[in-house]
Amino acid sequence: MAPPRLSRHLEYCLFLFRAEGRTVSHTGRAVGMSMKAFRGLLVSVAILLAGCQSVLMSPSGDLAVQQRNLIITSTVLMLLIIVPVIVLTLLFAWHFRASNKKATYDPDWDHSTILELLIWAAPLLIIIALGAITWVSTHKLDPYRPLERVAANRPVPADVRPLQVNVVALDWKWLFIYPEQGIATVNELAAPVDRPIQFKITASTVMNSFFIPALAGQIYAMPGMETQLQAVINAPGEFQGFSANYSGQGFSGMHFIFHGVTEEGFAQWVEKAKANGGDLSRDAYVKLAQPSENDPVTYYATVEPGLYRAILTKCVDPESPSCMTRMDLSPHETSDSGVMLQPAPTSGMAAMANHPHSD
Amino acid sequence: MLAQTDLAKLIFGRLTLDSLPLHVPIVLGTFVVVAIGAIALLGAITYYKLWGYLWHEWFTSIDHKKIGIMYMILGFVMLLRGFSDAIMMRAQQAISFGDSHGYLPPEHYDQIFTAHGVIMIFFVAMPMVTGLMNFVMPLQIGARDVAFPFLNNFSFWMTVAGAMLVMCSLFIGEFARTGWLAYPPLSDIASSPDAGVDYYIWALQIAGVGTLLSGINLLVTIVKMRAPGMTMMKMPVFTWTALCTNVLIVAAFPVLTAVLALLALDRYAGTNFFTTELGGNAMMYVNLIWIWGHPEVYILILPAFGIFSEVTATFSRKPLFGYASMVYATVVITVLSYLVWLHHFFTMGSGASVNSFFGITTMIISIPTGAKIFNWLFTMYRGRVEFELPMMWTVAFMVTFVIGGMTGVLLAVPPADFSLHNSLFLIAHFHNVIIGGVLFGLFAGITYWFPKAFGFRLDPFWGKCSFWLWVVGFYFAFMPLYVLGLMGITRRLSHFDDPSLQIWFEIAAFGAFLIALGIGCNIIQFIVSFKNRERLRDTTGDPWGGRTLEWSTSSPPPKYNFAFTPLVHDHDAWWMMKKHHYQRPLSGFVPIHMPLNTGAGMIMAGLSFVFGFAMIWYMWLLAAVSFIALLAVAIGHTFNYHRDYYLSSDEVTRTEASRTELLASHV
Repeated sequence: MAPPRLSRHLEYCLFLFRAEGRTVSHTGRAVGMSMKAFRGLLVSVAILLAGCQSVLMSPSGDLAVQQRNLIITSTVLMLLIIVPVIVLTLLFAWHFRASNKKATYDPDWDHSTILELLIWAAPLLIIIALGAITWVSTHKLDPYRPLERVAANRPVPADVRPLQVNVVALDWKWLFIYPEQGIATVNELAAPVDRPIQFKITASTVMNSFFIPALAGQIYAMPGMETQLQAVINAPGEFQGFSANYSGQGFSGMHFIFHGVTEEGFAQWVEKAKANGGDLSRDAYVKLAQPSENDPVTYYATVEPGLYRAILTKCVDPESPSCMTRMDLSPHETSDSGVMLQPAPTSGMAAMANHPHSD
Repeated sequence: MLAQTDLAKLIFGRLTLDSLPLHVPIVLGTFVVVAIGAIALLGAITYYKLWGYLWHEWFTSIDHKKIGIMYMILGFVMLLRGFSDAIMMRAQQAISFGDSHGYLPPEHYDQIFTAHGVIMIFFVAMPMVTGLMNFVMPLQIGARDVAFPFLNNFSFWMTVAGAMLVMCSLFIGEFARTGWLAYPPLSDIASSPDAGVDYYIWALQIAGVGTLLSGINLLVTIVKMRAPGMTMMKMPVFTWTALCTNVLIVAAFPVLTAVLALLALDRYAGTNFFTTELGGNAMMYVNLIWIWGHPEVYILILPAFGIFSEVTATFSRKPLFGYASMVYATVVITVLSYLVWLHHFFTMGSGASVNSFFGITTMIISIPTGAKIFNWLFTMYRGRVEFELPMMWTVAFMVTFVIGGMTGVLLAVPPADFSLHNSLFLIAHFHNVIIGGVLFGLFAGITYWFPKAFGFRLDPFWGKCSFWLWVVGFYFAFMPLYVLGLMGITRRLSHFDDPSLQIWFEIAAFGAFLIALGIGCNIIQFIVSFKNRERLRDTTGDPWGGRTLEWSTSSPPPKYNFAFTPLVHDHDAWWMMKKHHYQRPLSGFVPIHMPLNTGAGMIMAGLSFVFGFAMIWYMWLLAAVSFIALLAVAIGHTFNYHRDYYLSSDEVTRTEASRTELLASHV
């Protein structure tokens, strides 16, 4: 049997939609089914709305906002093909059911070159579009990339330098060191609204992931390695931050509050830390780094110089066999992007993963 | 006194009475129940004098059909264990809010989610997929067995040994608390000094030997043992997917073996491959484990795609639409599955170009996958679709899987992944594709080929109950997790502060409860079908009007599968034979060369189990003894020249004559 022509198939599909619609509206059972479908629709709308109120769908930081927009764009683009597939599946399954003797039966039809080209081309086109979006957005939203804007149409003023925060994931709490202000905190983070923040992130023993959903996407915190996040918060408020990578016993309690505050508020917060805090010496750090769970917020008025770097290179105890500088495995200074770690041997993907953005 | 301690240490290693969970009521209770069940089972086997039957007919069998069935049983039993873990997690997360910390302390909860992942992937999905390939593929290509029948038996028992080690960890010591991929530094000896990670390593190493050998075995079988006339482009699609899956197994599992061996060296010998000390780098582990791990998910899903292809064609009463493009799509997926592993860790600091590359390669996989979906769609088009259970699973798969595929492509967009990685959105995504794809496929396959294996169909009523409970339960269990993921909720938490989230976890727990009922219906279905087996009897060997060669032989097939090797002229060989009024040969049978049963596989796997257990507990003496014994049995087995026999032509004639009678009596 000659394969039916493509245009006829398309026409037939359209016809099926209409035909099934007619039969459905004439029977009581089918009305019940459509009521059920309607209720199903309401439930899915409710779910969608619940999702819309969520922190990822209504974030407060410019980076997270752009990530949200990307999630929505990609989803809509894919729904272009997903929805027709689901509808056609149900339609074909129903219409060509064995008991429907009116449906055309073509027992030998198994090939159509044009149709097969189409079914490869349709997903291909979607993926070309999505691939282009991916390439551009991945570069634009690279967490290592210095920010160019604090929000849409608001470029970063030329005189503004990013706020530096060094982040250390400990067992099981977060240490934040502010090198400019000379303070440190445990399980509390604050930053002025609309000022870019540059996080440099490492960990003491195991892997964690530094994540403040309202601010920006997450990035891993890994011992002996440094990652970066450049972000900005656009609204004042208290936001949840936590570890997004399971790290052992105390993982569930490893969260902190991120305060988006005004410049004055930030100055006051720094003053508070200076007034109430102790000294974060190497000894104090070693004690702090001992495993503990659900730790309270703690402030440190002073931080021993070079402590973050010592933590990063595992040289808090300079005599420790794991100290990288002792073994001449020290991270190399690079011109503009701070510390770049190159443990020997640097090869393959591991080196790539440590590399703070090389394009 | 000192000498005594040394002796105890030599014999028992670090295993002491404290390693037994006598102080954990949940585990103790489970142990009592399991022990009673085991004693009852062993007692019943003894009472009914079944040991000889089991040993001769099953345990030592090298018949690919029986080994396939044993794999399926292993997978189903382990599904019960893995699902118990799942429902415990759902219960914990549904109640652990605010001041309530639930009923599972973190050290227990962390073991449960690790065990759930390990068991479901390695000891449920893998055995079931391997079991189906083992049972179906040789029949589909018109072969009498696999290429290396003894190896097949040995592979199976090694998988059992690995599963047994995981089960042991429930009652002796503890399982890993690292997550199912055991990333260092968390899995290093410094962060996880107890036996948990060692259970993980040795269970996977021992089972991995079985998987790799089985992969080689099935690969060689497909390449070398196809019936005359069955060129590559005439192979059934399930056989094609089995071929690609076994290529993936052979290429990917050695990576897993190597990376676990290096982790074991770090833990046992103090090396520093993945430590943060002395130049080690955990990123190496993360890369290597995913270079295995990503192909692994295609190892599971490709055979499921094959099952759906067979089922759709059979129940649409049409040949599969676009056979060639289906084959190319499968091969493209096989190759691409090696180029995407980094998408599992976009958030570990790779540059934007690296991330985009792996994001885009991941998306490209959705093109052949999409083509496959369309091919099934157009197979139904202008068909006569019969909604037998396997077809119902297929339609449920098509609707469910595209949703999982969509969220998967979304996660492949790196900036989106920065927000969604490790969240419950990710959990919902991979359960969406593994349950909606692999598991629905396995259920379709089990219902489809069950009459071939046992000679009677599964009861459709209880099957439909199970189907609806599973499908509806799946949506209830995992759609809330998508929502929670969009709320920024991360995975593996045993406690939450925000009470507004609780309702979503309660809905998910309800879904898990529906799935539990679905599994209950599965079990009832097996019992009811067995009781009604006379009514459900398949006398024809071809209960569904099948298209491929496995339906040309009797149900269950004779041990030699085919009295004469079939000649193949086209794909859908059996359909063509039926179309051309094929006549079964009734005489002229010749003796058939058959392999002999052997207990060597089970003995070697048993010794491997002992060796693994000894290594986990540092029982160096026992480890050395069992390893030497293992080598001795392996070498000894090579001197066993009594491995085959000829089934006489009389017996073949008798078997075939009784089939002729059966066919005649039910026309």
